[in-house]
Amino acid sequence: MISRNQTEKLAFATVALASLVVVLPALVIIGFLAAKGAFAISWSFLTQMPKNGMREGGIMPAIVGTLYLVAGTLVFAVPLGVFAAIYLAEYAPQSTLRRIVRLSIVNLAGVPSVVYGLFGYGLFVVTLHFGKSILAGSLTLAFLILPVVIAASEEAVRSVPKSFREGSLALGATRWQTIWRVVLPNAAGGIITGVVIGVGRAAGETAPIMFTAAAFFLPKLPSSPLSDCMALPYHLYVVASEMFDAPLSMQWGTALTLLMLVTAMNLVAALIRARFRRAKCW
Amino acid sequence: MLVSVPVSISEAQSPQPRWNAASECVCGKVEVEDLSLFYGTFQALRNVSISIPECAVLALIGPSGCGKSSFLRCINRLNDLIPGARTTGRVLLDGKNVYDPDVDAFLLRKRVGMVFQQPNPFPKSIFENVAYGPRIHGVKNKSELADIVERSLRRAALWDEVKDDVYKPALALSGGQQQRLCIARALAVEPEILLMDEPCSALDPISTGRIEELICSLKEDYTIVIVTHNMQQASRISDYTGFFLMGELIEFGESAQIFTRPKDKRTEDYVTGRFG
Amino acid sequence: MASTPTTNTQGIVFKNLSRYEKRSRVKDIVASIVVHTSGIAAIVVLFFIFVFLAKDALPTFTKVGILKFLIGTSWQPEFEKFGILPLLVGSLFVTFGALVVAVPIGIACAVYIAEVSPPSFRSLLKVIVELLAGIPSVVFGFIGLMILAPLVQKVFELPTGLTALTGAVTLAFMSMPTIISVSEDAITAVPKSYSDGSLALGATKWETIRHVVIPSAKSGIVAACLLGMGRAIGETMAVLMVTGNASILPKGLVGLPNFFLGPVRTMTATIASDMGETVQGSTHYNALFAIGLTLFAISFAVNMAADLILRRGGLGKE
Repeated sequence: MISRNQTEKLAFATVALASLVVVLPALVIIGFLAAKGAFAISWSFLTQMPKNGMREGGIMPAIVGTLYLVAGTLVFAVPLGVFAAIYLAEYAPQSTLRRIVRLSIVNLAGVPSVVYGLFGYGLFVVTLHFGKSILAGSLTLAFLILPVVIAASEEAVRSVPKSFREGSLALGATRWQTIWRVVLPNAAGGIITGVVIGVGRAAGETAPIMFTAAAFFLPKLPSSPLSDCMALPYHLYVVASEMFDAPLSMQWGTALTLLMLVTAMNLVAALIRARFRRAKCW
Repeated sequence: MLVSVPVSISEAQSPQPRWNAASECVCGKVEVEDLSLFYGTFQALRNVSISIPECAVLALIGPSGCGKSSFLRCINRLNDLIPGARTTGRVLLDGKNVYDPDVDAFLLRKRVGMVFQQPNPFPKSIFENVAYGPRIHGVKNKSELADIVERSLRRAALWDEVKDDVYKPALALSGGQQQRLCIARALAVEPEILLMDEPCSALDPISTGRIEELICSLKEDYTIVIVTHNMQQASRISDYTGFFLMGELIEFGESAQIFTRPKDKRTEDYVTGRFG
Repeated sequence: MASTPTTNTQGIVFKNLSRYEKRSRVKDIVASIVVHTSGIAAIVVLFFIFVFLAKDALPTFTKVGILKFLIGTSWQPEFEKFGILPLLVGSLFVTFGALVVAVPIGIACAVYIAEVSPPSFRSLLKVIVELLAGIPSVVFGFIGLMILAPLVQKVFELPTGLTALTGAVTLAFMSMPTIISVSEDAITAVPKSYSDGSLALGATKWETIRHVVIPSAKSGIVAACLLGMGRAIGETMAVLMVTGNASILPKGLVGLPNFFLGPVRTMTATIASDMGETVQGSTHYNALFAIGLTLFAISFAVNMAADLILRRGGLGKE
């Protein structure tokens, strides 16, 4: 018979071990990518066009394409997401409509990314005749990250103390003046954090852009929002799974570049969050 | 500075009924008639009628949850924003019912300023806090704004303490200073009435004293309604006192009378109970 | 300032508004309309997703037949066979394989973070979990392909490392961050007074965690597992890259181990790999949208269930 103390020690050791099982692979993945990718990445790798059917050269168009897609995503997702969050936090009474809106957002968050891809294809590429383009891809990604942006913004807006709103309204400010001049400036930190996290997610998504934006091989920079483009995540899929003879350095280099881009965005989000938390004094 | 019309104490303490053009009886600045307030099915105020005299201090006393704060928020219609809140009865400001459909609630709130229990300056500079009100009402001119800020801060007896650092964050001020800043902020939009919801409850005795002094000087120009839990404070600074209990106005009269010869047994219990 | 006791009895009605104030009222109304529209847009988007899936999916049911589609045992577009049963089974196997790994480890890790770990360690662990959550699925797929698949191939002496097992393990690590963070929130939300009460009765910390904290956080933990499942079943790129994409069904119960160690094809991977090859309007094209609609329905059910459980447990957003 083991004592209660020994049971406790055993249990704690088990949960600690489980955490190790989570942490270790995460570090192994990052370590492997860093070790193998570091040799592949060079200035010319990042700034050159792919050559010889992507067997040589760099990945510049994929990087640029991903940045375009991310920028487009921002343009569509931020206003819609922030306004929707304001609706939930400030305007919606405790009504059935509000409940339906909230449930819709919960469900949007759970729709598989490949289904967003089908939807984007059906709506933007085919029905609205945008074709396979940065515009169609950005819109698809924007809808994909909308739940993330809304959730973060709603929380940020809600965290602004009620007394600020009352102070403003008691001076005769309209609801919108209060939101624009008092609530939003104080919620900015949380909103930006949420947006950056959402954008990080958009930058790494492959399935939604496969049918809506991404080109297999396109050794030039996109010329307009209606042209298709290469994108880092899709490029990684192509060189790793679709081609049989892509050099390993191209594969690891692309993977590390993508991971660094996404991690950089998450890091920026963390820094913004920390900065605003410190500046917050209520 | 303020162009103050001298109002003698005696006049303020016994307001003469006036008659306006519509020949409606205007006994006070604000005339509340048969006001009831509901939050959903809960009735927070029951048929309150009270006349708030001009350029005087009216103190509202009563136990917690008796409806004093809710009553204040009926006057500037801040209750509008609470889902499920509705009122019956009338609140006449200079003879005009503030619940009439043609009344603009924002304009009403500009004329009826409010100071809250917890000092609630915005996390902006002192200057921006005071300039906020004029800005939202359309004042853009820089020198005009600076002028308003200085006047308001002087009137709230804060200018001398902060004149060198009006661009410092308001949240760096002490609690008492923050509350005076909030008063200055309210004064900056030129209200006629000031509603104060337990403005000293979060402050230390010295800051409280300064706010009380300020209130006494403000009543020359403003009609002041103050909710307070502190009966000494009520008797010190108010000209009139109303006693609320469970959403009802039990007794209303000159403060001296309420605190020394209350007519209602319940008022007497409350007033004396606290002091022993 | 407001010193003259004015008697402008109409001073608070609309017609007294200055031009600036009138403009700000108009802005207020416009903003209100924009804000309401944006809120309702969430419903519209969800509805549109459904409509655009259904529009191209419905012809499947007339061309193939709803029963043949749902329980047809063979997915061979080149022979016009569009039964999604092998794909459904593939998805479910990979998902449940992932959950078998991810649920115990995820919950244990959440317990460690919330209750056991020293505070300095806690924030580090949370950062690593966030980092794990931020790794794009295609990178997970790539790592699965480069590291895990060869390992599986060697250990089980298989002809290929691209198996259901490889997919399940990869997915396990992808769904763990969701399970960990949602469970941890639920555990942290348990009032301290509950565990204080138990500790005061002489229970050890572990007994308190086991008999008081975890039962109190049960609904949140269940929802966490459901959300993790939702993530796993909808995951596309990683599965596409590491499961080998062969649409086969297990040969009875005895065939299960072999099935697990062989290549499978999931619903998501089928959409991703086939969309590029189909002709718009063909039966194959419609069938892919029908798979999308099926996935949509599954994710809808899973999310509604998770939301319901969270709400009943008092952990929902409202």
